Amino acid sequence: MNNMKTGSEAKPGWKSLPEGDIVPAGTAAQFKTGDWRSERPVWYPERCIHCLFCWISCPDSSIIVKDQKMTGIDYDHCKGCGICVKECPVKPNKALEMKPEREGEACQR
Amino acid sequence: MSKVAARTGNEAMAEAMRQINPDVVAAYPITPATEIVMIFAKYVADGLVDTNFVAVESEHSAMSACVGASSTGARVMTGTSSQGLALMYEILPIASALRLPIVMCDVNRAISGPINIHCDHSDTMAARDFGWIQIFSENSQEAYDSLIQAIRIAEDPRVHLPVMVTTDGFIISHCLDRIEIVEDSEVKDFVGKDRKSKNGLLDINNPVSVGLLDLQDYYFEHRVSVAQAMKDSKKVIIEVADEFGKKFGRKYGLFEGYKLDDAEIAIVALGSTCGTAKAVIDELRSKGVKAGMLKIRSFRPFPAEEISAALSKCKAVAVLDRSDSWSAQGGQVFTEVRSAMFDMANRPKLINFIYGLGGREIDLPLIRSVFDSLKNVEKQPLVQYLGVRE
Repeated sequence: MNNMKTGSEAKPGWKSLPEGDIVPAGTAAQFKTGDWRSERPVWYPERCIHCLFCWISCPDSSIIVKDQKMTGIDYDHCKGCGICVKECPVKPNKALEMKPEREGEACQR
Repeated sequence: MSKVAARTGNEAMAEAMRQINPDVVAAYPITPATEIVMIFAKYVADGLVDTNFVAVESEHSAMSACVGASSTGARVMTGTSSQGLALMYEILPIASALRLPIVMCDVNRAISGPINIHCDHSDTMAARDFGWIQIFSENSQEAYDSLIQAIRIAEDPRVHLPVMVTTDGFIISHCLDRIEIVEDSEVKDFVGKDRKSKNGLLDINNPVSVGLLDLQDYYFEHRVSVAQAMKDSKKVIIEVADEFGKKFGRKYGLFEGYKLDDAEIAIVALGSTCGTAKAVIDELRSKGVKAGMLKIRSFRPFPAEEISAALSKCKAVAVLDRSDSWSAQGGQVFTEVRSAMFDMANRPKLINFIYGLGGREIDLPLIRSVFDSLKNVEKQPLVQYLGVRE
């Protein structure tokens, strides 16, 4: 993980760390959790109706929206929970499908 | 100007809470601490305080609400006892790790089982490793005075740790005692109007994250910072006590030596038992026996160097524990005092008496018997259960 490097990278000692581990908000963006995934959601833009159910349901803010349109998935932070796929209302085939992570980029359209 | 009044320990603590006028109190009733928050809830209902009183559904919720409220920068207090304190255990070390200056009235009561509602220190001792400052009281006056001082200690930027001030269940909590109550305005001046907090959870201009995941690479450092704050708090406890003493005339420290300076035999104790022991020591002194006592006020932080220096001239010392650590080598106070004495070149012989579990009476004859055993300390077992039937 990017922020868990060991070795020569210097980290602050206890004297300079913020008291009580209370830090500025929003630092979760710096923590790349994408490599926790065992499965990834894959987006099929041609099926998408841009209802944004996926965006409002995503617990990790990993649905990328521009101009009120779904535009893709932030794979740096998506943990692969599958909620977006579950919530996607498009029929008969959902606009989001879960694929095994081991298929990696190959399954990404 | 202070006024003299008759107050139980619970009333005295509720009185101090009224004068402190905290922003938030979250509590759940439990014997023998119930009265503290019951009386305080009446103050809230009567409009005598500005406190937001949160009546929660359990002590786990009480301490959780205290943590949340304190994270906003509020001055927060609570009160509990025994099983209630035990139900808070999960949240207690979170409060200290977040460096939240929550102040708790903790009425010492035996931990179940078997079920018991009376005094011993097993509840508080089980919470000793959670990063809370622990101050014990001999009587209602000390509980009242220490609760006021606790706000200053907890909120000092060199400390920023939660504090529990304890009384002994029923013995102090429910017994009427003569106490001096300081003027409301003087208490307000002493504790200050507000807690001065930098980390406000509700400061929308400076949003913060509280309670973060802290893994292999930072958890250790944060734990060490709590250890350092606990170390530094010794100085602050003394400073606050000195200022309190100058203003209100009652002296406090990390511990109290009673006729200890020239004592040859001494006991170490904490809580209400110290009052009984003082009567025995006076009696022994009148017979020419050089007896004394070291009464621990601050058990966390543990004043190890100070205690070992104060006991260094004694020949034999008995440590009285009102709880058993079940470590098979004595109670919590004993093991800590013994460890503190280890590096002394000429240390006294130390023995341990575990006494008064579940509210078992500790009376003058029992304390006399402790001093008697110090006269032939070489023949005594390391750990004894005082007054137990075999």
